[in-house]
Amino acid sequence: MIGDGLKLRDRVAEAADSFRRSPFWESMFRPGSPFKRGYSDSPRNRSYVIMNNVLYHLHPVKVKRHAVRLSYTLCLGGLSFFLFILLTITGIFLMFYYRPTEPAAYIDVEALSTSVAFGSLVRNLHRWGAHLMVLTVFLHMSRVFYHGAYKPPREFNWVVGVVLLLLTLLLSFTGYLLPWDQLALWAVTVGTNMAGFTPLFGNQVKFALLGGIEVTGNTLLRFYVLHVLFLPFVIVIFMAVHFWRVRKDGGISGPL
Amino acid sequence: MVEIPEHLLRRSAEAKARALGVPMEQVLAEMRGEMPATPPSAPAVPTPPPLPEPPPPPPAVPEPVAAAVGQEAPPTVGVETPVAEAPTGSAAPVAPPITDNGAATTVTPRPVAPPQEIPEGVRPQRLLTVVKARAIQQVKATPTDKVNTWPHLMIAEFTALLVVTAVLIVLSVILQAPLLELANFNATPNPSKAPWYFLGLQELLSYYDPQVAGVIIPTITGLLGFMAIPYVDRNPSTKPSDRKFAIMLFTLFLAGSATLTLLGTLFRGPGFNFTYPWADGIWFDDLKDWVHFE
Repeated sequence: MIGDGLKLRDRVAEAADSFRRSPFWESMFRPGSPFKRGYSDSPRNRSYVIMNNVLYHLHPVKVKRHAVRLSYTLCLGGLSFFLFILLTITGIFLMFYYRPTEPAAYIDVEALSTSVAFGSLVRNLHRWGAHLMVLTVFLHMSRVFYHGAYKPPREFNWVVGVVLLLLTLLLSFTGYLLPWDQLALWAVTVGTNMAGFTPLFGNQVKFALLGGIEVTGNTLLRFYVLHVLFLPFVIVIFMAVHFWRVRKDGGISGPL
Repeated sequence: MVEIPEHLLRRSAEAKARALGVPMEQVLAEMRGEMPATPPSAPAVPTPPPLPEPPPPPPAVPEPVAAAVGQEAPPTVGVETPVAEAPTGSAAPVAPPITDNGAATTVTPRPVAPPQEIPEGVRPQRLLTVVKARAIQQVKATPTDKVNTWPHLMIAEFTALLVVTAVLIVLSVILQAPLLELANFNATPNPSKAPWYFLGLQELLSYYDPQVAGVIIPTITGLLGFMAIPYVDRNPSTKPSDRKFAIMLFTLFLAGSATLTLLGTLFRGPGFNFTYPWADGIWFDDLKDWVHFE
């Protein structure tokens, strides 16, 4: 075939076509996937796209018509979830360059911003994305309130949602300390001082948060483990329950 | 032995008496064990041998019901449906019409009308209990106007996702995340501020006792109060016009927290005293590197 006048573009197209015909490609997608060869747009296939897919964990095959209108939900819940994924991805990137120790943390963040390819961009994405996530989660809660979407049978899912908001704030707060600069140190000092005013066992709460009586390298390690492992683990569990209950409690709440 | 309540015994005796055609008192006595049991007029045959040929009809099995026995008719509430006890399956399907009722020879799921008189040798079913057919999950299948998730919802979501990603990337290229000097325990910045989402609380701290502003308000009213909302607000309506009070309260909360946060962020300077951002600049390090008033 080589050199018989076939253009490169045709050859690429042919190779792509034969790849899509291969048993490997065929096995990759379940019936009804738009990536499968010979997909046609039909009501049956539209159902299959969701039903035969990992997407079925998140979405039903059909949704109420008003749910599609952007002005109803403003996509806030979905965007919060998406920002969580984005923060996970950028966070993993940052973890490659960061050591949570008193002497190394600041140097690592500085080096990340100056001598790592896209390091600065990824750090900025992580930071602004985190602020945005606090905002979208909060606005999502407000949206749900104004639609009365916490009413039966969705009461418990609202409670789960409040826990998710708290976890989001904690995630953001624990991440705040990690650059180990003046901003981080004193913001966390102010924040943990507030926690120290808890009645009865304030000092114990503060001690547990700080790993000492003031912000030290122990605190840094503690906040790091909370930030990259413990809180994401907990929030994922709560998110799973949250999304499951959205589906089971009758999908999106009705139109006003 | 367990004592059977009188009324139950009586009721079951009544039914049995009616089925066997014997006086009720006799059956009742039998059941109480005061009399030897009379053998039933049609002895039950537990497992009839499967015969290819229609067997000679057992003496007691009457016509129309026998054919229908293959499929058990579900008991109808309040009606005693007669079901033959003796040879089942084998008598039914291939049997030539032994009755003038033509339907009996074909497969009939349930007799259209149960015969009025109970034939000899047929024991009527008794109603023991009524179990209401109800699913574990309450499915309210009211028809609603629905559209396919793919493509209608997925496309909207994907677009939103792309837009947010694009906005974030542009933001991240333009705005550098703050990184101040190395943490220094001996140099307390003035003012020291928490992250912006806690600045409303920090603002409250300058008005109230720390225990009230720092702990009681956020945990009791903030966290627990918010969790309790669905259990306090029992108004079932979701119409905004029906829930003016709830909406007013929440809007007040939103406005209040926004005001406090803005005050704490922009209008608090050294010593956490009031300043004007346009006069003294912004005392909030998160914004320090890229917002320049003056």
